[in-house]
Amino acid sequence: MKRGIPRIDAERCKGCGLCISVCPKTILSRSEDVNSQGAYYAFCHDENSCIGCNACALMCPDAAIEVHAPEEVA
Amino acid sequence: MYMRPESLENVRTHYCAGCGHGIIHKLLAECLDELEIRQNTILVAPVGCAVLAYKYINVDGLEAAHGRAPAVATGLKRARPENIVISYQGDGDLLAIGAGETLHTANRGENLTVIFVNNAIYGMTGGQMAPTTLEGQKTLTSPYGRNAAEVGFPIRACEMLDTLEAPAYIERTSVHNPGAVRKTKKAIRKALEYQISGAGYSFVEVLSMCPTNWGVDPVTGASWVKDAMIPWFPLKKFRDRPAENAEKEAS
Ligand SMILES: Cc1ncc(C[n+]2csc(CCOP(=O)(O)OP(=O)(O)O)c2C)c(N)n1
Ligand code: SF4
Ligand SMILES: [Mg+2]
Repeated sequence: MKRGIPRIDAERCKGCGLCISVCPKTILSRSEDVNSQGAYYAFCHDENSCIGCNACALMCPDAAIEVHAPEEVA
Repeated sequence: MYMRPESLENVRTHYCAGCGHGIIHKLLAECLDELEIRQNTILVAPVGCAVLAYKYINVDGLEAAHGRAPAVATGLKRARPENIVISYQGDGDLLAIGAGETLHTANRGENLTVIFVNNAIYGMTGGQMAPTTLEGQKTLTSPYGRNAAEVGFPIRACEMLDTLEAPAYIERTSVHNPGAVRKTKKAIRKALEYQISGAGYSFVEVLSMCPTNWGVDPVTGASWVKDAMIPWFPLKKFRDRPAENAEKEAS
Protein backbone atom coordinates (compact mmCIF):
# COMPACT_ATOMS: atom_id res chain seq x y z
CA MET A 1 0.00 0.00 0.00
CA LYS A 2 1.10 3.55 -0.71
CA ARG A 3 2.53 5.31 2.32
CA GLY A 4 3.43 8.85 3.15
CA ILE A 5 4.49 11.03 6.01
CA PRO A 6 2.85 14.44 6.39
CA ARG A 7 5.25 17.16 7.53
CA ILE A 8 3.33 20.14 8.89
CA ASP A 9 5.23 23.37 9.54
CA ALA A 10 3.58 24.36 12.82
CA GLU A 11 4.92 27.91 12.62
CA ARG A 12 3.46 28.48 9.16
CA CYS A 13 0.07 26.96 10.03
CA LYS A 14 -2.80 29.36 10.68
CA GLY A 15 -5.03 26.66 12.12
CA CYS A 16 -7.76 26.89 9.47
CA GLY A 17 -8.47 23.16 9.74
CA LEU A 18 -9.03 22.54 6.01
CA CYS A 19 -6.43 19.75 6.06
CA ILE A 20 -8.11 18.12 9.04
CA SER A 21 -11.46 18.17 7.22
CA VAL A 22 -10.17 16.53 4.01
CA CYS A 23 -7.85 13.80 5.37
CA PRO A 24 -9.51 10.50 4.38
CA LYS A 25 -7.78 8.68 7.25
CA THR A 26 -8.74 11.36 9.84
CA ILE A 27 -5.23 11.33 11.28
CA LEU A 28 -4.82 15.11 11.52
CA SER A 29 -5.96 17.11 14.51
CA ARG A 30 -5.62 20.51 16.08
CA SER A 31 -3.01 21.17 18.75
CA GLU A 32 -3.92 22.21 22.27
CA ASP A 33 -1.22 24.85 22.41
CA VAL A 34 -0.61 27.71 20.01
CA ASN A 35 2.29 28.69 17.75
CA SER A 36 3.92 32.14 17.79
CA GLN A 37 1.04 33.51 15.67
CA GLY A 38 -1.45 32.31 18.24
CA ALA A 39 -2.84 29.61 15.94
CA TYR A 40 -3.94 26.17 17.08
CA TYR A 41 -1.81 24.42 14.47
CA ALA A 42 -2.58 21.09 12.85
CA PHE A 43 -0.51 18.00 13.53
CA CYS A 44 -0.57 14.33 12.57
CA HIS A 45 -1.32 11.97 15.42
CA ASP A 46 -0.85 8.73 13.47
CA GLU A 47 1.81 8.88 10.75
CA ASN A 48 1.69 5.13 10.23
CA SER A 49 -1.81 5.40 8.78
CA CYS A 50 -0.94 8.04 6.16
CA ILE A 51 -1.65 6.79 2.61
CA GLY A 52 0.27 9.62 0.89
CA CYS A 53 -2.76 10.99 -0.97
CA ASN A 54 -1.58 14.64 -0.63
CA ALA A 55 -5.12 15.87 0.14
CA CYS A 56 -3.95 17.90 3.15
CA ALA A 57 -1.08 19.49 1.24
CA LEU A 58 -3.32 20.36 -1.71
CA MET A 59 -5.83 22.15 0.53
CA CYS A 60 -3.37 24.04 2.71
CA PRO A 61 -3.64 27.77 1.88
CA ASP A 62 -0.29 28.41 3.52
CA ALA A 63 1.73 25.65 1.83
CA ALA A 64 2.63 24.56 5.35
CA ILE A 65 2.33 20.85 4.56
CA GLU A 66 4.68 18.62 2.63
CA VAL A 67 4.04 14.92 2.20
CA HIS A 68 7.22 12.87 2.09
CA ALA A 69 7.75 9.30 1.01
CA PRO A 70 8.71 7.11 3.99
CA GLU A 71 12.13 6.28 2.46
CA GLU A 72 12.89 10.03 2.11
CA VAL A 73 12.65 10.52 5.86
CA ALA A 74 13.90 7.14 7.00
CA MET B 1 5.40 13.30 -2.72
CA TYR B 2 4.32 16.88 -2.23
CA MET B 3 6.89 19.64 -1.82
CA ARG B 4 6.36 23.35 -1.31
CA PRO B 5 6.88 25.03 -4.72
CA GLU B 6 10.13 26.95 -5.17
CA SER B 7 8.38 29.94 -6.71
CA LEU B 8 6.62 30.62 -3.41
CA GLU B 9 8.57 33.06 -1.25
CA ASN B 10 9.55 31.76 2.16
CA VAL B 11 7.33 34.24 4.01
CA ARG B 12 4.09 34.22 5.92
CA THR B 13 1.19 35.67 3.94
CA HIS B 14 -1.23 38.20 5.42
CA TYR B 15 -4.22 36.16 4.29
CA CYS B 16 -6.79 35.01 6.83
CA ALA B 17 -6.87 31.38 7.93
CA GLY B 18 -8.61 29.30 5.26
CA CYS B 19 -8.51 31.99 2.56
CA GLY B 20 -8.61 30.62 -0.99
CA HIS B 21 -6.06 33.16 -2.23
CA GLY B 22 -3.32 31.13 -0.52
CA ILE B 23 -4.31 27.93 -2.32
CA ILE B 24 -4.43 29.71 -5.66
CA HIS B 25 -1.02 31.39 -5.10
CA LYS B 26 0.43 27.97 -4.33
CA LEU B 27 -1.01 26.45 -7.53
CA LEU B 28 0.27 29.33 -9.62
CA ALA B 29 3.73 28.89 -8.06
CA GLU B 30 3.64 25.16 -8.85
CA CYS B 31 2.81 25.91 -12.50
CA LEU B 32 5.60 28.51 -12.76
CA ASP B 33 8.03 25.88 -11.44
CA GLU B 34 6.82 23.12 -13.75
CA LEU B 35 6.80 25.30 -16.87
CA GLU B 36 10.12 26.90 -15.85
CA ILE B 37 8.84 30.40 -16.50
CA ARG B 38 9.44 32.03 -13.11
CA GLN B 39 12.36 34.07 -14.47
CA ASN B 40 10.36 35.76 -17.20
CA THR B 41 6.90 36.05 -15.66
CA ILE B 42 5.39 39.39 -14.66
CA LEU B 43 2.45 39.29 -12.26
CA VAL B 44 0.06 42.22 -12.29
CA ALA B 45 -1.51 42.43 -8.84
CA PRO B 46 -4.98 43.89 -8.23
CA VAL B 47 -6.41 46.14 -5.58
CA GLY B 48 -8.02 43.67 -3.23
CA CYS B 49 -6.68 41.19 -0.71
CA ALA B 50 -4.18 39.93 -3.31
CA VAL B 51 -2.60 43.39 -3.52
CA LEU B 52 0.72 41.98 -2.28
CA ALA B 53 0.69 38.84 -4.46
CA TYR B 54 4.10 39.67 -5.95
CA LYS B 55 5.58 39.60 -2.45
CA TYR B 56 4.51 35.98 -2.05
CA ILE B 57 5.26 34.66 -5.52
CA ASN B 58 8.87 35.10 -6.56
CA VAL B 59 8.34 36.83 -9.90
CA ASP B 60 8.52 40.39 -11.14
CA GLY B 61 5.38 42.28 -10.28
CA LEU B 62 3.48 45.42 -10.98
CA GLU B 63 0.64 46.95 -9.02
CA ALA B 64 -2.30 48.23 -11.04
CA ALA B 65 -4.94 50.76 -9.97
CA HIS B 66 -8.25 49.17 -8.94
CA GLY B 67 -9.75 47.26 -11.89
CA ARG B 68 -7.03 48.27 -14.31
CA ALA B 69 -4.90 45.14 -14.11
CA PRO B 70 -5.83 43.78 -17.57
CA ALA B 71 -5.13 47.17 -19.16
CA VAL B 72 -1.72 47.31 -17.48
CA ALA B 73 -1.13 43.70 -18.50
CA THR B 74 -2.04 44.57 -22.09
CA GLY B 75 0.60 47.30 -22.20
CA LEU B 76 3.19 45.04 -20.62
CA LYS B 77 2.54 42.14 -22.96
CA ARG B 78 2.55 44.33 -26.07
CA ALA B 79 5.80 46.03 -25.06
CA ARG B 80 7.45 42.81 -23.85
CA PRO B 81 5.89 39.89 -25.73
CA GLU B 82 8.76 37.68 -24.57
CA ASN B 83 7.44 37.85 -20.98
CA ILE B 84 4.61 35.78 -19.53
CA VAL B 85 2.06 38.25 -18.18
CA ILE B 86 -0.56 37.30 -15.61
CA SER B 87 -3.37 39.52 -14.38
CA TYR B 88 -4.57 38.26 -10.97
CA GLN B 89 -7.86 39.82 -9.83
CA GLY B 90 -10.76 39.60 -7.40
CA ASP B 91 -14.44 39.95 -8.22
CA GLY B 92 -14.72 43.58 -7.17
CA ASP B 93 -11.65 44.43 -9.19
CA LEU B 94 -12.53 42.38 -12.27
CA LEU B 95 -16.31 42.77 -12.52
CA ALA B 96 -17.19 46.04 -10.77
CA ILE B 97 -14.74 48.89 -11.27
CA GLY B 98 -12.78 46.92 -13.89
CA ALA B 99 -15.65 45.41 -15.88
CA GLY B 100 -14.81 47.54 -18.93
CA GLU B 101 -11.14 46.58 -18.91
CA THR B 102 -12.03 42.93 -18.43
CA LEU B 103 -14.42 42.87 -21.36
CA HIS B 104 -12.23 44.76 -23.80
CA THR B 105 -9.02 42.92 -22.97
CA ALA B 106 -10.83 39.66 -23.66
CA ASN B 107 -12.47 41.09 -26.76
CA ARG B 108 -9.09 42.12 -28.18
CA GLY B 109 -7.82 38.62 -27.54
CA GLU B 110 -4.65 39.87 -25.86
CA ASN B 111 -2.12 37.07 -25.44
CA LEU B 112 -2.14 37.10 -21.65
CA THR B 113 -3.63 35.14 -18.76
CA VAL B 114 -6.26 36.37 -16.32
CA ILE B 115 -6.75 34.53 -13.03
CA PHE B 116 -10.07 35.58 -11.53
CA VAL B 117 -10.58 34.83 -7.84
CA ASN B 118 -14.35 34.85 -7.26
CA ASN B 119 -15.12 34.90 -3.55
CA ALA B 120 -18.51 36.59 -3.93
CA ILE B 121 -17.51 39.58 -1.81
CA TYR B 122 -15.14 42.53 -1.40
CA GLY B 123 -12.68 40.92 0.96
CA MET B 124 -10.10 43.62 1.49
CA THR B 125 -12.50 46.40 2.40
CA GLY B 126 -14.39 44.34 4.94
CA GLY B 127 -17.14 42.45 3.18
CA GLN B 128 -19.26 44.63 0.91
CA MET B 129 -21.51 43.22 -1.82
CA ALA B 130 -19.71 42.33 -5.06
CA PRO B 131 -21.06 41.79 -8.58
CA THR B 132 -20.80 38.05 -7.83
CA THR B 133 -22.51 38.14 -4.42
CA LEU B 134 -25.29 35.54 -4.54
CA GLU B 135 -28.99 36.35 -4.32
CA GLY B 136 -29.97 36.49 -0.68
CA GLN B 137 -26.34 36.59 0.48
CA LYS B 138 -25.88 38.92 3.43
CA THR B 139 -22.98 41.36 3.27
CA LEU B 140 -22.18 44.68 4.91
CA THR B 141 -23.99 46.51 2.11
CA SER B 142 -26.77 43.95 1.65
CA PRO B 143 -27.69 43.31 5.28
CA TYR B 144 -31.02 41.70 4.31
CA GLY B 145 -29.43 39.64 1.54
CA ARG B 146 -28.80 40.59 -2.08
CA ASN B 147 -32.03 41.66 -3.69
CA ALA B 148 -31.84 41.11 -7.44
CA ALA B 149 -34.79 43.42 -8.13
CA GLU B 150 -32.79 46.26 -6.64
CA VAL B 151 -29.16 45.56 -7.57
CA GLY B 152 -29.33 42.91 -10.29
CA PHE B 153 -28.34 39.26 -10.39
CA PRO B 154 -24.83 38.00 -9.74
CA ILE B 155 -22.76 38.25 -12.92
CA ARG B 156 -21.28 35.15 -14.51
CA ALA B 157 -17.95 36.25 -15.94
CA CYS B 158 -17.08 33.12 -17.94
CA GLU B 159 -20.49 33.01 -19.61
CA MET B 160 -20.22 36.68 -20.50
CA LEU B 161 -16.73 36.37 -21.99
CA ASP B 162 -17.81 33.23 -23.81
CA THR B 163 -20.01 35.42 -26.04
CA LEU B 164 -16.90 37.11 -27.43
CA GLU B 165 -15.14 35.88 -30.54
CA ALA B 166 -11.50 36.33 -29.54
CA PRO B 167 -10.74 34.48 -26.28
CA ALA B 168 -8.81 31.22 -26.67
CA TYR B 169 -9.45 29.57 -23.33
CA ILE B 170 -12.15 30.08 -20.67
CA GLU B 171 -12.68 27.79 -17.69
CA ARG B 172 -14.30 27.99 -14.24
CA THR B 173 -12.89 25.87 -11.43
CA SER B 174 -12.93 25.88 -7.63
CA VAL B 175 -10.71 25.20 -4.61
CA HIS B 176 -13.28 23.81 -2.15
CA ASN B 177 -11.82 20.28 -2.00
CA PRO B 178 -8.62 18.48 -3.07
CA GLY B 179 -10.11 17.21 -6.35
CA ALA B 180 -11.20 20.71 -7.29
CA VAL B 181 -7.76 22.04 -6.36
CA ARG B 182 -6.16 19.55 -8.76
CA LYS B 183 -8.47 20.67 -11.58
CA THR B 184 -7.70 24.31 -10.86
CA LYS B 185 -4.00 23.65 -11.22
CA LYS B 186 -4.59 21.92 -14.55
CA ALA B 187 -6.58 24.90 -15.79
CA ILE B 188 -3.97 27.46 -14.71
CA ARG B 189 -1.24 25.38 -16.29
CA LYS B 190 -3.13 25.06 -19.55
CA ALA B 191 -3.84 28.80 -19.63
CA LEU B 192 -0.14 29.56 -19.20
CA GLU B 193 0.84 27.00 -21.83
CA TYR B 194 -1.49 28.69 -24.29
CA GLN B 195 0.06 32.06 -23.55
CA ILE B 196 3.52 30.56 -24.09
CA SER B 197 2.48 29.11 -27.46
CA GLY B 198 0.87 32.42 -28.44
CA ALA B 199 -2.67 31.02 -28.62
CA GLY B 200 -4.18 34.21 -27.19
CA TYR B 201 -6.32 35.30 -24.27
CA SER B 202 -6.86 32.79 -21.46
CA PHE B 203 -9.22 33.25 -18.51
CA VAL B 204 -9.48 31.02 -15.44
CA GLU B 205 -12.17 31.82 -12.86
CA VAL B 206 -11.62 30.15 -9.50
CA LEU B 207 -14.42 29.96 -6.92
CA SER B 208 -12.72 30.72 -3.63
CA MET B 209 -13.36 31.06 0.09
CA CYS B 210 -13.46 34.26 2.13
CA PRO B 211 -14.47 32.76 5.48
CA THR B 212 -13.74 35.98 7.37
CA ASN B 213 -16.20 38.14 5.50
CA TRP B 214 -18.72 35.36 5.03
CA GLY B 215 -18.71 35.09 8.82
CA VAL B 216 -18.11 31.34 8.87
CA ASP B 217 -15.28 29.01 9.87
CA PRO B 218 -12.97 27.87 7.02
CA VAL B 219 -14.45 24.37 6.69
CA THR B 220 -17.99 25.75 6.49
CA GLY B 221 -16.67 28.22 3.93
CA ALA B 222 -15.44 25.42 1.70
CA SER B 223 -18.85 23.72 1.94
CA TRP B 224 -20.57 26.98 1.07
CA VAL B 225 -18.62 27.18 -2.19
CA LYS B 226 -19.98 23.75 -3.10
CA ASP B 227 -23.54 24.17 -1.85
CA ALA B 228 -24.24 27.81 -2.70
CA MET B 229 -21.75 29.07 -5.27
CA ILE B 230 -21.38 26.15 -7.69
CA PRO B 231 -25.14 25.90 -8.44
CA TRP B 232 -25.04 29.51 -9.70
CA PHE B 233 -21.50 29.41 -11.08
CA PRO B 234 -21.21 25.95 -12.69
CA LEU B 235 -17.72 24.48 -12.98
CA LYS B 236 -17.06 24.09 -16.67
CA LYS B 237 -14.60 24.46 -19.48
CA PHE B 238 -16.38 26.99 -21.63
CA ARG B 239 -13.87 27.23 -24.39
CA ASP B 240 -10.64 25.60 -25.49
CA ARG B 241 -9.98 26.88 -29.01
CA PRO B 242 -6.51 25.37 -29.43
CA ALA B 243 -7.83 21.91 -28.51
CA GLU B 244 -10.94 22.38 -30.67
CA ASN B 245 -8.77 23.41 -33.63
CA ALA B 246 -6.44 20.46 -33.15
CA GLU B 247 -9.46 18.16 -33.14
CA LYS B 248 -10.81 19.71 -36.35
CA GLU B 249 -7.47 19.29 -38.05
CA ALA B 250 -7.25 15.67 -36.97
CA SER B 251 -10.69 14.78 -38.36
C1 LIG C 1 -10.50 53.51 -7.16
C2 LIG C 1 -10.76 52.70 -5.94
N1 LIG C 1 -12.04 52.48 -5.57
C3 LIG C 1 -12.30 51.74 -4.46
C4 LIG C 1 -11.28 51.22 -3.72
C5 LIG C 1 -11.61 50.41 -2.49
N2 LIG C 1 -11.41 48.97 -2.67
C6 LIG C 1 -10.25 48.38 -2.30
S1 LIG C 1 -10.27 46.73 -2.56
C7 LIG C 1 -11.85 46.79 -3.15
C8 LIG C 1 -12.58 45.57 -3.60
C9 LIG C 1 -11.89 44.30 -3.28
O1 LIG C 1 -12.66 43.19 -3.61
P1 LIG C 1 -12.20 42.09 -4.63
O2 LIG C 1 -11.71 42.69 -5.88
O3 LIG C 1 -13.32 41.12 -4.76
O4 LIG C 1 -10.93 41.41 -3.94
P2 LIG C 1 -10.87 40.45 -2.67
O5 LIG C 1 -10.31 41.29 -1.56
O6 LIG C 1 -12.23 39.93 -2.38
O7 LIG C 1 -9.91 39.37 -3.09
C10 LIG C 1 -12.34 48.10 -3.14
C11 LIG C 1 -13.69 48.49 -3.59
C12 LIG C 1 -9.96 51.47 -4.15
N3 LIG C 1 -8.91 50.97 -3.49
N4 LIG C 1 -9.72 52.20 -5.25
S1 SF4 D 1 -10.65 39.04 3.91
FE1 SF4 D 1 -11.29 37.25 2.72
S2 SF4 D 1 -10.18 37.41 0.74
FE2 SF4 D 1 -9.18 38.77 2.25
S3 SF4 D 1 -7.51 37.55 3.16
FE3 SF4 D 1 -9.31 37.35 4.50
S4 SF4 D 1 -10.36 35.50 3.77
FE4 SF4 D 1 -8.95 36.13 2.14
MG1 LIG E 1 -13.65 39.35 -3.79
